[in-house]
Amino acid sequence: MSPLRFLRFLLARLAKMIVVVFAIICVNFLLIHAAPGDPASVIAGQSGAADAKFVEQLRHEFGLDKPLSTQLWIYVSSVAEGDLGISHRQQRTVLSLIMERLPATLLLTCVAFAFALMVGIALGAAAAQRVGTWADSVITVMALAFYATPIFWVGLMLVLVFSVWLGWLPSFGMNTVGADLHGWAAMADTAQYLVLPALTLGLFYLAVYARLTRSAMLDVAGEDYIKTARAKGVPEGRILRRHILRNALLPVVTLAGIQAGQLIGGSVLVETVFAWPGIGRLAFDALLARDYQVLLGVFLTTSILVLVFNLLTDLLYLVIDPRMQAQ
Amino acid sequence: MRSFARAFARNRGAVVGLAVLVLVALVAALAPVLFPFSPWDMQGAPFAPPGDEGFLLGSDSLGRDVAADIAYGASVSLLIGAVSTAAALLLGVVLGAVAGYASGLVDDIIMRVTEFFQTVPSFILAVVLVAIFTPSLSSIVAAIALVSWPPVTRVVRAEFLTLRTREFVQAAEVLGRSRTAIIFREILPNALSPIIVLASLMVASAILLESALSFLGLGDPNLMSWGFMIGAGRSVIRLAWWMSVFPGLAIFLTVLALNLVGEGLNDALNPRLARRR
Repeated sequence: MSPLRFLRFLLARLAKMIVVVFAIICVNFLLIHAAPGDPASVIAGQSGAADAKFVEQLRHEFGLDKPLSTQLWIYVSSVAEGDLGISHRQQRTVLSLIMERLPATLLLTCVAFAFALMVGIALGAAAAQRVGTWADSVITVMALAFYATPIFWVGLMLVLVFSVWLGWLPSFGMNTVGADLHGWAAMADTAQYLVLPALTLGLFYLAVYARLTRSAMLDVAGEDYIKTARAKGVPEGRILRRHILRNALLPVVTLAGIQAGQLIGGSVLVETVFAWPGIGRLAFDALLARDYQVLLGVFLTTSILVLVFNLLTDLLYLVIDPRMQAQ
Repeated sequence: MRSFARAFARNRGAVVGLAVLVLVALVAALAPVLFPFSPWDMQGAPFAPPGDEGFLLGSDSLGRDVAADIAYGASVSLLIGAVSTAAALLLGVVLGAVAGYASGLVDDIIMRVTEFFQTVPSFILAVVLVAIFTPSLSSIVAAIALVSWPPVTRVVRAEFLTLRTREFVQAAEVLGRSRTAIIFREILPNALSPIIVLASLMVASAILLESALSFLGLGDPNLMSWGFMIGAGRSVIRLAWWMSVFPGLAIFLTVLALNLVGEGLNDALNPRLARRR
C-alpha cells in the first residue's frame, strides 16, 4: 500500500474513532439523566438520602439548572479536556483513578491475548495437519466447552485446583504484600500472580482461535495457488508457513478485532475473581459503592481501548495480507 | 416437519442437548415440589459438605440447600434467557427488516447504530445499565436485550437484501400489497431459519451474561440465581468448594445444551451448509 493511501486510511479510521467516542460520551450523558432520581445524586453516587446542601452544590457545579442542550455541551467539552468527573467516594478525580489502574489491565489483557493468539494458532495449525485424529477432536471439544463456561467460574476452578489444592500459585492480588522486591525479583513475583488470571482470560480465546485457524487452514489448503506452489516445487514447509498459514491468519486477526470488546469485558470479571488491581476491579468496587462517575469513566476508557485495539488489528491485517504488499 | 425432525436427530449432540434442556426445564418447573420451601431459608448447619445432613449438594454459609438453590435458579436463568432473547429478537428483526427493505439513508443510520453497539464493550455497557437503573428482573432483561440485538439486525438485513429482489416479492408489490404486509407476511417467513438458529445461541449467551451480572452482585435481589450463588461462594472457596462448583456446572450444562441444540437446528434448517462441514 502506498504511503499516501495508508495515510488516508489512517485518517479515515481516526475520524471514525472520534465519532464513536463522541457518541459514547453522549450515551454517558443520557444515562446520567435517564437514571431514576436526581442526576446530582447519580453523580454524587448517593441513593436518595443525600445531604440536601451537598446535592444543591452539585446541581450548581454541574449546571443542572441550565437547559439540557447546554448541559450536554458542558459535559462533552469537559470530558474532551480529560475531566471525567470526581469520585466523591474516594475524593479523587476519576481520570487519576483510571490512569493508576490502567497499566495492570493492559498487562493482563495483552499477556492473555498474546498467549491465546500464539498457542491457539499453533494448536489450530497442528490440528489441521492431523485432521480426524484425537488431537483434532480435543480442540473441537475444548472450543465447545469454553463457549459454554462462564469465564469467572473458570477462574474460580483454576484457583481451587492450583492455589487451594495444589498450592502452586497465588490467587489474589498482583504482588506479594510487604515483600518489597525490586527489579527482576519484583517482575518474577508479579509474573507468578499473573499466571492464573491470564490463563483464565486466555483459555476461551485460545480455543476459539485454534478452531478458526484449523478451519481456515483447511480452506486455504484447497486453493489453486497452493497447487501452483506445489507444482513449482516449493518445499512443503515453506508452503505451510508462507502460503497456507499466512492466508489462514487473516480471518483469525479479523475475529480478534471483533472480539476486542469481549476480551476487555472478560477482564472485568477476571480482575474481580483474582483481585487484580486493574480498571475492571475498579469498576467492581465502584459498583459496590454506587460510584457511578467512576463506572461511566470505566465504560468510556474501555471503549477507547477497544477502538485502539481494533485499529491495531487492522494494521496487523495490512502487514499480514500478502495482497496488500503486492500493490 | 418430519424431515426436519429426522435431520435434527441425525446430529447426536443436538439430541443429547435437547434432552439436557428438557431435564433443566423439568427441574425448574418441579423446584417447588422437590424443595417445598423458600430457597433463601436456612435448612440446616452451614458449610455441610455434599451428602451430609441430607444435603445432596451441600449447604452454603447460611445453611441454605445448594441443590434447592440450583433448582430455583434454573427457572430464573431460563426465564431471563428466553425473555431477553425475545426482546432482542423483536428489536433486531424490526430494525433489520427496515434497514434491508428501505435501504438508502435509513439503512445507513441503522447500520451505524448497529456498528456502534458492536464496538462498545457490551458486557460493561450491560453492567452500567443495570447498575444505574438499579438491579431488577426488568432492568436485567432490558440491558441484556439492548446489548444482544445487533447480530440479529445484521442477519435479517442481509436476508432482506437478497429476498427483496426475488420474484415473489415483486409479485406482491405489483399486486399492491402494503409495505408492512410484504415485510411481515412475504419476506420474514422466508428469512426465519437463520433467525431461529441465532435465537437458540442468543438464549445461551443471555444466560451467560445474566450469570456474570449476578456474579458481580447485579442480580435481582429477590431471585435466587446461579451467578449469585457462585459470587457468594467465591470468598469461601477454601472452605466450601461445592458452593461455587455446582452452580457453575449447572450453567455449563445448560449453555452447552443450548449451543448443541443450536448446531442441530442449523444442520436441520440449512441442510446444504451442514453437509459442507
